Amino acid sequence: MDGLPLFPQQASTAAGPIDLLYFWMIALTIFFVVLIAGLILVFTIRYRRRHEAEVPQQISGSTRLEIGGMIPLLGLALVTFFWGAWLYMDLSQPPQDSLEIYVIGKQWMWKSYHPDGQQEINELHVPVGRPVKLTMTSQDVIHSFFIPAMRVKQDVLPGRYTTLWFEATQTGVFHLFCTEYCGTDHAGMVGSVTVLDEAGYQDWLAGEGTDPVGMGSTQDEGQALFADLGCAGCHRMDGTGPGPNLVGIFGETVPLEGGGTAVVDENYIRESILDPQAQIHEGYQPIMPTYEGQVTEEQILQLITYIRSLGTDANQSDSEQP
Amino acid sequence: MAVPSIALNTRRHYLNVNYGVKSWLLTTDHKRIAVLYLISITMMFVIGGIAAALMRYELLTPAPDLVESDDYNKLFTVHGIVMIFFFLVPSIPAVLGNFLIPIMIGARDLAFPRLNLLSWYLYAIAAAMTMWVMLSGGIDTGWTFYTPYSSAASPTLVIPTAVGIFIAGFSSILTGINFIATIHRMRAPGMTWMRMPLFLWSLYATSIIMVLATPVLGITVLLLAAERIFRVGIFDPALGGDPILFQHFFWFYSHPAVYIMILPGMGVVSEIVAAFTRKRIFGYRFVAFSSIAIAVFGFLVWGHHMFVSGQSAHAALMFSILSYIVAIPSAIKVFNWTATLYKGSISLATPMLYALGFIGLFTIGGLTGLFLAALAVDVHVHDTYFVVAHFHYIMVGGTSLAYLGGIHYWWPKMTGRMYNETWARFAAITIFVGFNLTFFPQFIVGYLGMPRRYHYYAPEFQVLNVLSTAGATVMLVGYALPFLYLIPSLWNGKSAGPNPWGAAGLEWEVASPPPPENFAETPIVTVGAYNYGPVEEKIG
Repeated sequence: MDGLPLFPQQASTAAGPIDLLYFWMIALTIFFVVLIAGLILVFTIRYRRRHEAEVPQQISGSTRLEIGGMIPLLGLALVTFFWGAWLYMDLSQPPQDSLEIYVIGKQWMWKSYHPDGQQEINELHVPVGRPVKLTMTSQDVIHSFFIPAMRVKQDVLPGRYTTLWFEATQTGVFHLFCTEYCGTDHAGMVGSVTVLDEAGYQDWLAGEGTDPVGMGSTQDEGQALFADLGCAGCHRMDGTGPGPNLVGIFGETVPLEGGGTAVVDENYIRESILDPQAQIHEGYQPIMPTYEGQVTEEQILQLITYIRSLGTDANQSDSEQP
Repeated sequence: MAVPSIALNTRRHYLNVNYGVKSWLLTTDHKRIAVLYLISITMMFVIGGIAAALMRYELLTPAPDLVESDDYNKLFTVHGIVMIFFFLVPSIPAVLGNFLIPIMIGARDLAFPRLNLLSWYLYAIAAAMTMWVMLSGGIDTGWTFYTPYSSAASPTLVIPTAVGIFIAGFSSILTGINFIATIHRMRAPGMTWMRMPLFLWSLYATSIIMVLATPVLGITVLLLAAERIFRVGIFDPALGGDPILFQHFFWFYSHPAVYIMILPGMGVVSEIVAAFTRKRIFGYRFVAFSSIAIAVFGFLVWGHHMFVSGQSAHAALMFSILSYIVAIPSAIKVFNWTATLYKGSISLATPMLYALGFIGLFTIGGLTGLFLAALAVDVHVHDTYFVVAHFHYIMVGGTSLAYLGGIHYWWPKMTGRMYNETWARFAAITIFVGFNLTFFPQFIVGYLGMPRRYHYYAPEFQVLNVLSTAGATVMLVGYALPFLYLIPSLWNGKSAGPNPWGAAGLEWEVASPPPPENFAETPIVTVGAYNYGPVEEKIG
């Protein structure tokens, strides 16, 4: 039956539990379809019209039957709802220790950026047995990142980041599809996800994965940009500049001018670069110019990678300050 | 050319009261307007069907061999737009509803006969506009028009299509207003709400949705046009807009629109099941109010189209649970239709074959909808062929079977003629078999991961696609057959008489075809719908 697969591979930790819910719903479907079709068949034979003038006895209905039928249905519906919701909450919360990879979608290709600088087009190499978190954005229209074998899918939007995570449970090469219609070659916006064992993954990182053009890592590119664009002039590492010190800020919750707080994540940094006045860190003046139109999505990701590398906790930032 | 001599005698009826193109194009008779709709909707159905057939043949092989990428994208767009806005939405209300509402409530016409004609003209203008778009280069956004693709990237005729849909929307709104006014104000003496046929309850619920939801569609396409023409930033992030906002607006109409498409079909099925069991519908009140419940809850579930779009997880939870709630009234209908069969006098005439087919396929369509409402499962199947299969079970297995069932049920009333019953049953069974062969494999290929709107695909999906294309071929034959026996029946069909099915209902008390004024004098109603005899038994 090689030519006719009926069920997708289960290649992630999410696949088994989601398929179990799927089977539960198939069982419900079969039960009700057999029930309804069976009753229709039995009644149609048993109560077929025997002569033209036949008039059957009239039955008005039964409130007790209606209500009695509704309650178990509602029960089954709620069980299924909670089951699906519980698994969904899992899918929407990437583990803290995930391997972080950035993805940019554009008509009609996928580009991925690994933390150490490896870049790929329409391919994604990941290790088995480690959670992988993708932070994704689009350079043009909406795309959607779908790996059937992992049972994960997330729309990739222009203008903001969305995330998706999975933990592969087996090595192999799996389909990657774009599932949001994005124009002419939507059907060609496909690729592959290669899951390697840890040794193979380290080899890949060291070997083929290295950027062939010989550019630096994403982080180095970001550091260079940080200097070139003049960011470093205000966001000084010693905290004396007119802009917030960015060391150790990633992942922190910061107070905002005018009240409220914001978590410094990819979306917040992206917004602060493109629309600096939107959410200003408390205690700072709205003096930063916008970089809208001056940086590409790729460069924004490089800057974020760099800022991220400045440390995500207080200890690290303390040690870096003189 | 011989004009079909519809009536076997010279009795005056709505078809022979006068002749000539003008007498049709300027008519205000709801029955003639229904016939105008029947003809125009059938033409649109054929166009949408040809697009579907071309897509299925392209998908026969994994390679892109029959059409180019852009052409395929235009094909699925035109298929979706034509089938939804120009076939499914108007089909049952504008053809069968138009013809039957006044007769079923004992009135001479709808409340606003000229408005009714205007609805048809708006429909015709919108349809012509869409055809013009198709012939002058087409549109490739999909019927969903997602931004920013539609507002900033698509190089095709988005604006003229949007204008067409805007106009078609007004046709819908006017029809809805007309139906609501008619059902409220024009009922004959004694025709209380609880005596109305369930078809009218479902059309009433449908009309409410048409009037409340369709303006949102109009607003949405206007905003889309504003962004595309004047670069006003509403949906495109490059202009400061939010693409998810478009999806909220779009589905705020388009999910209720699913109920605009299915509720009238449910009404038709209630009528057919009653007529061919000769019984009142089991749990009349539950079936009636379930239509209203569907209309109300149908407004609260639009976000279930957006579980992977980037909307908040908490919003997704609310939309998921509400989607389970809205399934309950649909389930009530299915159980009550089935219970109506119990101790009935069941005849498997053609309309009943369609109605029973509807119940089975709607059950599958509804239950697979619950897969999509289950959040984690939806993440996997969203935008795959699983979704395509699901909504075709509702729209084709549901609405279009109900529409065909209704056409076969009321054809003798509309034309005064019977069609060939053997051919008609054969066609019904052919469509049913072809339908299942087409769409059942799509559930499997969808769960395997094949995305929708792909015209070339991974080779392991081919076998299931071949099955699907084979089924589409069978279905094509099934859909062609009614043309071959319904149209000739206009000339050589047996005379139907007023009530060929022995069915209860005011429409079966007037002659076939009905006289122009429907009733010589206003009937006085003393009994409820489906009055096949006194109620002899109560259960529970």
